[in-house]
Amino acid sequence: MINIFEVNETNKMVEQENLDVRTITIGISLLDCIDSDLKKLNENIYNKITTVAKDLVAVGNKIETEFGIPIVNKRISVTPIALVGGAACKTPEDFATIADTMDAAAKAVGVNLIGGYSALVSKGMTKADELLIRSIPMALCRTERVCSSVNLASTKTGINMDGVRLMGEILLEVAEQSKDRDSVDCMKLVVFCNAPDDNPFMAGAFHGVTEADAVINVGVSGPGVVKTALEKVRGENFEVLCETIKKTAFKVTRVGQLVAQEASRLLNIPFGIIDLSLAPTPAIGDSVADILCEIGLEFAGAPGTTAALAMLNDQVKKGGVMASSYVGGLSGAFIPVSEDQGMINAVEAGAITLEKLEAMTCVCSVGLDMIAIPGDTKATTISGIIADEMALGMVNQKTTACRLIPVIGKTVGDTVEFGGLFGYAPIMPVNQYSCDAFINRQGRIPAPIHSFKN
Amino acid sequence: MEKAVDKTIITVVGKDTVGIIAKVCTYLADSNINVLDITQTIIQGFFNMMMIVDLSTSEKPFADCAKELEKLGEEIGVTIKCQREEIFDMMHRI
Repeated sequence: MINIFEVNETNKMVEQENLDVRTITIGISLLDCIDSDLKKLNENIYNKITTVAKDLVAVGNKIETEFGIPIVNKRISVTPIALVGGAACKTPEDFATIADTMDAAAKAVGVNLIGGYSALVSKGMTKADELLIRSIPMALCRTERVCSSVNLASTKTGINMDGVRLMGEILLEVAEQSKDRDSVDCMKLVVFCNAPDDNPFMAGAFHGVTEADAVINVGVSGPGVVKTALEKVRGENFEVLCETIKKTAFKVTRVGQLVAQEASRLLNIPFGIIDLSLAPTPAIGDSVADILCEIGLEFAGAPGTTAALAMLNDQVKKGGVMASSYVGGLSGAFIPVSEDQGMINAVEAGAITLEKLEAMTCVCSVGLDMIAIPGDTKATTISGIIADEMALGMVNQKTTACRLIPVIGKTVGDTVEFGGLFGYAPIMPVNQYSCDAFINRQGRIPAPIHSFKN
Repeated sequence: MEKAVDKTIITVVGKDTVGIIAKVCTYLADSNINVLDITQTIIQGFFNMMMIVDLSTSEKPFADCAKELEKLGEEIGVTIKCQREEIFDMMHRI
């Protein structure tokens, strides 16, 4: 039988070390909503979302009460809208009406974000894909809760450089449209290489076409728990260090598994996956960078950071995999800048650069995340940064992503405030040399040789 | 159909004082909740108690019990938490 020390250990994780379930995300297929009449399509989408997800928030709150574990977010992801809206939408404006519908449905069921205003263009763009991408600035600026993502590359298809070029321009447009609010709408837009179909985390969540009609995906968290566990093994060898991370990751993931099973049972929607990610927040003690420091670095970004992060990421997976029956999504350590106080400190100290962050994304999920850059950065330079990140994902057969925020009117030395869980970020310098001629080439980069496995 | 045992863990943490167990048990008895196990200790000067109880015999829904116990805790000056057993089982047992 459970003893008092085990109970106290669990409760201490929740009360003092910020253990929580970061999100319960319902993935909803909208393929059966497709109609060539735009009005009818929007009606179908609204009805489907508000029917399938109507109890999500209540169930989340019930689980929270009964297990005493905070469930920070309840969210929804839907089928990429470029696929759903293709038959009805003839202009970017038509697509934006679907964003309005998603926003209204999200508000009706009480979720804080809804993802899936997305296009999958890793090889080529359909007319609908392009219209959707061109509608992103409009859609993000007039909605509150809609998140958008674009898959620009994959190991199997290579990199769609036309898409990469377009997204550099689109990102600046989004920044421009929300410049009176420090370009915050860029937070709701992410580009991917090898985007997973079952990611529960925003802004990149969408419900892939390989998925069932509706599915529950859960993202756990717990950087603070790992950090506290590591404080007890200071100076020990790598074996002890790794074992400690694995055991902690196991415990954290078990909580996610329980919550996912319970949510699945109560909502009568099948359980999809647990995402094992260590997701930081700006709360003190809830930082992935602090774990790296605990492992032995003065700041995240110091020499040794990539190795330490690679080890951390691997041990989290090894511990987590056994704790859950299905693991998926992004599953690794997140290294967003603005959402992690330790990372912000590293930027402010000058310990970490964009290039070091890029190296770190080779060994962890997911990519250049929540990084504020000067608002006068050229579109081609942004596309160049995106292309580099896509190449890392393509060659390493992993998911990588970019969520950059070019803050219009601000430059290196300034700070931008995103609010709440999104934190704040010092603007980071960007390499000023041009990649115009490279980005302006047409077409795509072919798939790498090791993708031909058949 | 008779309801299966519905195990819930109640934890009481706070400054030690006279009658904590009595008050909690009185509430449980009044709510028709059966106590299956009690462990109590003093950790670093703090009163620390864990009870395993069965909620299946009670008419009250879980959320009401949790709320009322929390309120009772405030009256006594301790923190009372009420959680279903599975979360501890999942975390500490393979």
